[in-house]
Amino acid sequence: MSELKVKPLKPRGPSAAPASAGVVTERGPDEIDQAELRAEHQERQQHLHASIEGLERETLLNMLSQMVLIRRFEEKAAEAYTLGKIGGFCHLYIGQEAVAVGSIAALRPDDYVMTSYRDHGHALARGTSPDEVMAELFGKAGGCSAGKGGSMHLFDRDNHFLGGHAIVGGQIPLATGVAFAAKYKGTDQVSCVYFGEAAVNQGVFHESLNMAQLWKLPCIYICENNQYGMGTALKRAMSLSDVSQKACAYGMASEFVDGMDVLAVYEATRRAAARARKESQPSLIEVRTYRFMGHSMSDPGNYRTRAEIEKYQERDPVKVFIESLKQKQIVDDATIKEIEDRVRAQVEHAIKFADSSPEPAPEELHTHIYANPIK
Amino acid sequence: MAVITIREALNQALREELERDENVFLMGEEVGAYQGAYKVSKGLLEEFGEKRVIDSPITELGFAGLGVGAAMVGLRPVIEFMTFNFSILATDQIINSAAKMLYMSGGQFKIPIVFRGPNGSAYQVSSQHSQALESWYAHFPGIKVVMPSTPADAKGLLKSAIRDDDPVIFLEQERMYGLKGEVPDDGDFTIPLGVAEVKREGTDATIVARSLTVPLALKAAEELEKQGVSVEVIDPRTIRPLDIETIIKSVQKTNRVVIAEESHPFCGVGAELSAQIMERAFDYLDAPVKRISGADAPMPYAKNLEKLALPDIERIIAAVREVAYL
Amino acid sequence: MATQVVMPKLSPTMEEGQLARWLKNEGDKVSVGEPLAEIDTDKATMEAQALTSGVLRKILVPAGETVPLGQIIAIIGEPDEDISGLVAQAESDAAPAANKQQIEERVEAGQDGAQKELAQVVPGGARTQETIEGQPLKGDVGGQATTGAAQAQTTASDKAQATATQPTDGGNGQRTGGRVVVSPLAARMAADAGINLQTLAGSGPGGRIVKRDIEAAIKEGQQRPQAQAQAQAQPEQRAVETRAQQPAPQFQQPAAASASPYRDEPVSTMRATIARRLATSIGPVPHFFLTTEIEMDKVADLRQQINESDKENKVSVNDIIIKVAAVALVRHSQVNASFQDKVVRYYERADIGVAVAIEDGLITPVVRAAETKTIGQISREVRALAERARARKLQPEEYTGATFSISNLGMFGIDEFTAVINPPEGAILAVGAMQPKPVVRDGQIVVRQMMRVTMSCDHRVIDGATGAKFLQTFKQLLENPLLML
Repeated sequence: MSELKVKPLKPRGPSAAPASAGVVTERGPDEIDQAELRAEHQERQQHLHASIEGLERETLLNMLSQMVLIRRFEEKAAEAYTLGKIGGFCHLYIGQEAVAVGSIAALRPDDYVMTSYRDHGHALARGTSPDEVMAELFGKAGGCSAGKGGSMHLFDRDNHFLGGHAIVGGQIPLATGVAFAAKYKGTDQVSCVYFGEAAVNQGVFHESLNMAQLWKLPCIYICENNQYGMGTALKRAMSLSDVSQKACAYGMASEFVDGMDVLAVYEATRRAAARARKESQPSLIEVRTYRFMGHSMSDPGNYRTRAEIEKYQERDPVKVFIESLKQKQIVDDATIKEIEDRVRAQVEHAIKFADSSPEPAPEELHTHIYANPIK
Repeated sequence: MAVITIREALNQALREELERDENVFLMGEEVGAYQGAYKVSKGLLEEFGEKRVIDSPITELGFAGLGVGAAMVGLRPVIEFMTFNFSILATDQIINSAAKMLYMSGGQFKIPIVFRGPNGSAYQVSSQHSQALESWYAHFPGIKVVMPSTPADAKGLLKSAIRDDDPVIFLEQERMYGLKGEVPDDGDFTIPLGVAEVKREGTDATIVARSLTVPLALKAAEELEKQGVSVEVIDPRTIRPLDIETIIKSVQKTNRVVIAEESHPFCGVGAELSAQIMERAFDYLDAPVKRISGADAPMPYAKNLEKLALPDIERIIAAVREVAYL
Repeated sequence: MATQVVMPKLSPTMEEGQLARWLKNEGDKVSVGEPLAEIDTDKATMEAQALTSGVLRKILVPAGETVPLGQIIAIIGEPDEDISGLVAQAESDAAPAANKQQIEERVEAGQDGAQKELAQVVPGGARTQETIEGQPLKGDVGGQATTGAAQAQTTASDKAQATATQPTDGGNGQRTGGRVVVSPLAARMAADAGINLQTLAGSGPGGRIVKRDIEAAIKEGQQRPQAQAQAQAQPEQRAVETRAQQPAPQFQQPAAASASPYRDEPVSTMRATIARRLATSIGPVPHFFLTTEIEMDKVADLRQQINESDKENKVSVNDIIIKVAAVALVRHSQVNASFQDKVVRYYERADIGVAVAIEDGLITPVVRAAETKTIGQISREVRALAERARARKLQPEEYTGATFSISNLGMFGIDEFTAVINPPEGAILAVGAMQPKPVVRDGQIVVRQMMRVTMSCDHRVIDGATGAKFLQTFKQLLENPLLML
């Protein structure tokens, strides 16, 4: 694939114009400008068509399958939650599929992935079995964290998935440490960490970016900007709401990417991964995305207008990707149906597996507290 | 056996473990070029280089988290807090990440990390720089808490802590860095975690002391011996896991207990010890367990007030005489 | 295929939801994920989304109604599909209830699961707790009145020791509101050595008895065996010794000559526990009941013989029952007993209270030492007492101080009943009517005079087996009166 088919819409970081001392942007505190976003989306549509040409059909179909899998899996999880099979918090990834799928597709299997509590999509994109993810949501022994972690703490060591972490921003220094270890051991592995835009306000985000750039750690920081920290709109919580600009403070490369465009995310991550692997340089990628559901299953999402949700649903990443693939005649209805059927079977199987998996044994309450227990 | 200070013993332990295992690295504020705020890491930068001995920015939460992340994928970080007062900034990563990672991943990710540095009172540095935090950390399952009181213990326990696969909070004492004692020359000398030591044998009362109060308790025991009172002094050395058996055995023999600690009394380790002794050796107690703790007040700056806020030999002696009904 | 839409669980604590607003009308097309309706939960107003695509065929719950979790609220299907079956099913009560139950069971299974796990993990904890609770109990044994054996062993020397160790501050300083203050270790040592803590003065703060006080007491005790032996030689003191030590018990002579002599035995720890627990379970006197059926033909014959020999003084069956009961009581002293809080009192004589119905109540005159009297004597005495009772001429000593009572309602045709114990007696026997009944004897059905009796027992002194043994003897004696001789 040729490099940089389309330039990033808002190039930032060292290669871009340096941030002015006063950090003033032309439109003041950033707001979600719908008109501008639509224009961007238009441009992205063309970009999507263009970049499809550069990719193998198999790669594209894999991405599509994963996105459909995450969508259907999450729908099923929502259903299971309403039926009382899933307890506690359940943060769904519907609407954001392009982010995890596009970025993880750009990584190697031996790279490391870490994320927040909205982690179902990342685990699935990383290759964790839907059976084990669903069983974990059900709190069963067959879950990927043996039923002890739950929805917010999926872990899969074999797939280098280092977990969902439930303190906002808590995973950012951890992933920085993973990158530190990769560099320390001299492997060319990359550490990729996801967090919401609200985590950017945590001190540890800034502490981590500082260390990563200071010590040139191979870390990719992906901010999934779904524009709401729980129920608080970004502009109500962040003085400078252009997240990608935060990298300037640390002299770190950064990009702004349309999170509804799986291939844009893929390409940006590819660039960042290459930078990390070859130059041992970190990157910050702000991915503008949108969650179609509430913050969690018990959030009605009253703080958003229907009009706003509908605008984004027009740009449903799964729908948009399918349309583009069809236009480019990569897939036809039969292929789509095939994928849908396969995914449905996978998800049904996951539910069956989770239902039939046993509860953790009572003695599991006291296991895995210490790796070297001392009596 | 060489006679060295606790500072030198810790330095030896770090050097030996850095030599022994390529995955061990030391990170913290001023550990490298400055040679350590308390010179514990003296000479290590020259010997092991910037890759292994890393000066960090003043960013406790950040480098604590970085250490935990590195431990997730196989390194064995030794993270130095210039003092444990600053670890309070890092507690999210210590408690929410390090302590719980193995558990919530269903056993997939162990965290072999040591957080070390001076804990407890220093000399006239007032409230924010003089506090003992062991009860904070000991509260959480998933963390081990170690508190040496002699050069030999400091060396042997730090080496074990670095080799351990769990997160270890290793609490040194600033006032004690210069304390001298014999340390075995054997390069592979270690002391297992979770084993208490009877520092002195006696029959009339038991003093359970740790860190700063161990030398105080030993001096009190000497003085009491002159008064005809035979005192046993036990240093648990590891607060979690706690070697309660050794303590209970002693209580069954002496029937009286004094707990000496410099931390605040409320919800402290002394309170836990007292509860366990009551639960497990009630029928052997001839007097209520007596605690001599640091004052239930922030540490004052004024020298006279600071002295009042800390346990001393006189108070320990008075406590022993009280429980022995003398 | 048409599917049912159920009231979804939209929050962790939701049990029912109010259908705030339908967002689709019947006949509208819906697809997966599309909002169908707004539901008010206990937390917020939420959207219920379609889980299948199709046409909203039927709305079963109108806006504004509140329905439980799992209730079928709508049906989605193909435009021309027959949904009458589903509608009928939904409108019957069973289906929604089953749905709700299913959801609730799942939710509960989650919670129960956790509880079960806890319950299964707890045993270790529970054991610890038992140990913890067990230890203070030990302390209590020593601390509170030393109880049982220890007290019995040391009562003899109480006076001497109390004088010897009386603290100078003018009283036993270690007692705070009657409670002995003692260290756990000293309490245990005292219990082991059989030392009554009440007799010691503590040398600890506030008079706390501590290790060295017990050590001193043990040392002192070893130096004074002589004094103790002398104390034990006094007959009055010997009365408190256990029966094991004193095979031929001597009984205290009571002050009132009309009452039975008795011996007091300290209430053992077990006995105290039985008393406390049973009393807590039912009232101050924990009753239990034993019933047996007795063949009375020989008693009837005996009565006939007696009455034929002395026509002036006719005896009743009840008189014979009194005699038999008295004989049996002397053989089973555990039943001829009374719970006296700190001691169980065993009576030497069987003083039988005989319930007599009088005009506006009931009184139980007492036949003293009934075991020593002939049936004729008993008969005369009962008759005289009953007459005096009806005339309200009984003196208090004539109707108090029975050791056992008998209540006979046979003359009223009562087959069987239970009587309430007259405290402080240990038991009462309720006697029913004697009547012919078919019974099997040697494989043949024959007619016998049968009588049912029920003994109410005070469980603080009488246990099931001791009561049963008494009744066994009672029955044997009535069925073979010659055995009394």
